[in-house]
Amino acid sequence: MTAALDVRGLKTHFFTRGGVVKAVDGVDLSIQRGRVLGLVGESGSGKSVTGLSILGLIDLPGRIVEGSVRLDGQELVGLDRDAARRVRGRKIAMIFQDPMMTLNPVLRVGTQMSMALRAHEAISSDTVRQRSLAALGTVGLPAPEQCLAAYPHQLSGGMRQRVAIAIALLHSPSVIVADEPTTALDVSIQSQILQEMQRLCDQTGVALVWITHDLAVVSSLAHDIAVMYAGRIVESGPAEDVLAEPRHPYTRGLLDSVPGEAKPGEKLAQIPGSIPALIDLPPGCAFRARCGRADRACETMPEIVDLGGNRSARCVHPLEAA
Amino acid sequence: MLGFLIQRLLQAAAVMVVISVLVFCGVFAIGNPIDVLISPDATQEIRLDTIRRYGFDQPLWRQYLNFANTLIHGDFGRSFVFNMPVLDLILSRLPATLELTLAAVIGATVLGVPLGMYAGYRPNAAGSRAIMGLSVLGFSVPTFWVGLLLIMFFAVELQWLPAGGRGDTVEVFGIQWSVLTWNGWSHLALPALTLSLFRMALMIRMARAGMREAMLSDYVRFARAQGLSDGKVIFGHVLKNISIPLVTIFGLELAATLAFAVVTETIFSWPGLGKLIIDSIQSLDRPVMVAYLMLVAFLFIMINFAVDVAYAALDPRVRSGHA
Ligand SMILES: Nc1ncnc2c1ncn2[C@@H]1O[C@H](COP(=O)(O)OP(=O)(O)OP(=O)(O)O)[C@@H](O)[C@H]1O
Ligand code: SF4
Ligand SMILES: [Mg+2]
Repeated sequence: MTAALDVRGLKTHFFTRGGVVKAVDGVDLSIQRGRVLGLVGESGSGKSVTGLSILGLIDLPGRIVEGSVRLDGQELVGLDRDAARRVRGRKIAMIFQDPMMTLNPVLRVGTQMSMALRAHEAISSDTVRQRSLAALGTVGLPAPEQCLAAYPHQLSGGMRQRVAIAIALLHSPSVIVADEPTTALDVSIQSQILQEMQRLCDQTGVALVWITHDLAVVSSLAHDIAVMYAGRIVESGPAEDVLAEPRHPYTRGLLDSVPGEAKPGEKLAQIPGSIPALIDLPPGCAFRARCGRADRACETMPEIVDLGGNRSARCVHPLEAA
Repeated sequence: MLGFLIQRLLQAAAVMVVISVLVFCGVFAIGNPIDVLISPDATQEIRLDTIRRYGFDQPLWRQYLNFANTLIHGDFGRSFVFNMPVLDLILSRLPATLELTLAAVIGATVLGVPLGMYAGYRPNAAGSRAIMGLSVLGFSVPTFWVGLLLIMFFAVELQWLPAGGRGDTVEVFGIQWSVLTWNGWSHLALPALTLSLFRMALMIRMARAGMREAMLSDYVRFARAQGLSDGKVIFGHVLKNISIPLVTIFGLELAATLAFAVVTETIFSWPGLGKLIIDSIQSLDRPVMVAYLMLVAFLFIMINFAVDVAYAALDPRVRSGHA
């Protein structure tokens, strides 16, 4: 079966005055229909740039310099502007972090949905209305009719994010990239939306790339997990296994710094140091300066090691399996 | 909405009262109008009689009350110099200024906004650099100099357009308009162009800034992620957002141009309000000065009011009192 989304060797660099920012520097991801992939990593690790690259939304001075993005087998890298536009929103959709900002404040929800529909299909106002109402119903909005006539500021944060999800679903895409869509929401609303998304994946078979830095969210939602650091995937595998028994020192560090995992009163372990600047990265493992296991061997970039059980890590000294 | 309107109207009335006091006292402080009203060799008797007749012997507050009382009845008094009702005098000059101002500000907007939007959409294109060069020019070159240059080139050298005056007019509703004749347009072109250059530069700046900011915003990113073409993103999503600040600038500029078209009107001998006020200051024609300043204040208030209404129409958050 071809993967819904298959990303190979993706490199997206920003050619700034200060130098080349290698925001994404060799990312591989693969996801099947109806599955959820959690893409995790610290702030600045390149998660958003990865998501935007997949949709072909990188603007100058940025550019995809290498790699391939296949959507249901179709290569997206190198498509011309209009062909890329016809894929976006129809076969692959994206939602963003702040539901306050992602909807246009001066247009009614209905107007925005209508534009999203008509970007790809020439359809009558009646059909636009029916399909908009259906999409709003699918994401569990209680009063779709009122919602259609509302302006974004008249809706709560959770409702706005549901509207954004409904817009993403309008053309029944194969893949949705969700960039921290629940980070700005209350915990209770966050879990409602997570449940909703899980149900949608099961029912519609849409594949979901869920970008977050919150490991708790990943553990409750994702089937698979990919951990990103300084523009590269450093560990990937089935979510349960990776979270239960991380093999890359960075993943271990991330898990140790989650409050939920620690006993009350115990000091949280912090990963020492911070993510390096992505301009002029020195050769070798980018985590070297912060890693307790680092030695001379880490001064050349480690290859991805297959650890068996669908797991892999980019580390010369992976942690031992228990 | 009705509550909003009533509240604004009351505010406007209060502001007008304050302005009338300020204007009255301000004008009162300059010069002695008696010297304008009677010839220098008039007898002391005539002099005292005139002073009494105009009420100049009364205390300031009483003079103000008299003035306010006639004002409420729509009477601004008579011009000392022209010896005709001030209101008629001003209304006879207003259309010329209105015409010039509207032509300049609307022209500046219609040209400046699309140019600025393009410059914001493609900040690095050669065309955008040219547009920004034009806007720098518009900001830095003094208006009177542009006016003289245009006269020298188009009126003196090429003799394409007249150097001054208002040209043929057509009477509609008892008011003379030159925008209705071809000859009138040819007279309007140069002063309007002169007056619009700075405004256009400003519109370019504002539209470009708004466009650049909008193109980086999340809602544009989301719209593009839906597969909307750039044209639909700009005209469907961005335009309405950036027109909110542009409407403000439009209103402010309209009011400012109305009030301060003086220099341009003088250069092109345009028979508008600007020339009238300069003349009335020189001749200490108090009633004209007072009425002119009151009119300007009134226009400012009305334009601000229109801007607020436009705001509410464009921005739903203002309508429901959220923002
Ligand atoms: N337009 C740009 N020009 C230059 N550098 C950029 C640009 N966009 C992103 N970057 C750089 O790319 C790197 C990765 O950014 P990205 O937004 O993908 O991080 P992230 O993992 O999504 O972080 P966060 O959790 O904060 O959202 C950052 O170092 C950022 O500075
Ligand atoms: S490669 Fe070396 S430095 Fe990098 S994570 Fe593994 S052990 Fe640490
Ligand atoms: Mg991000």
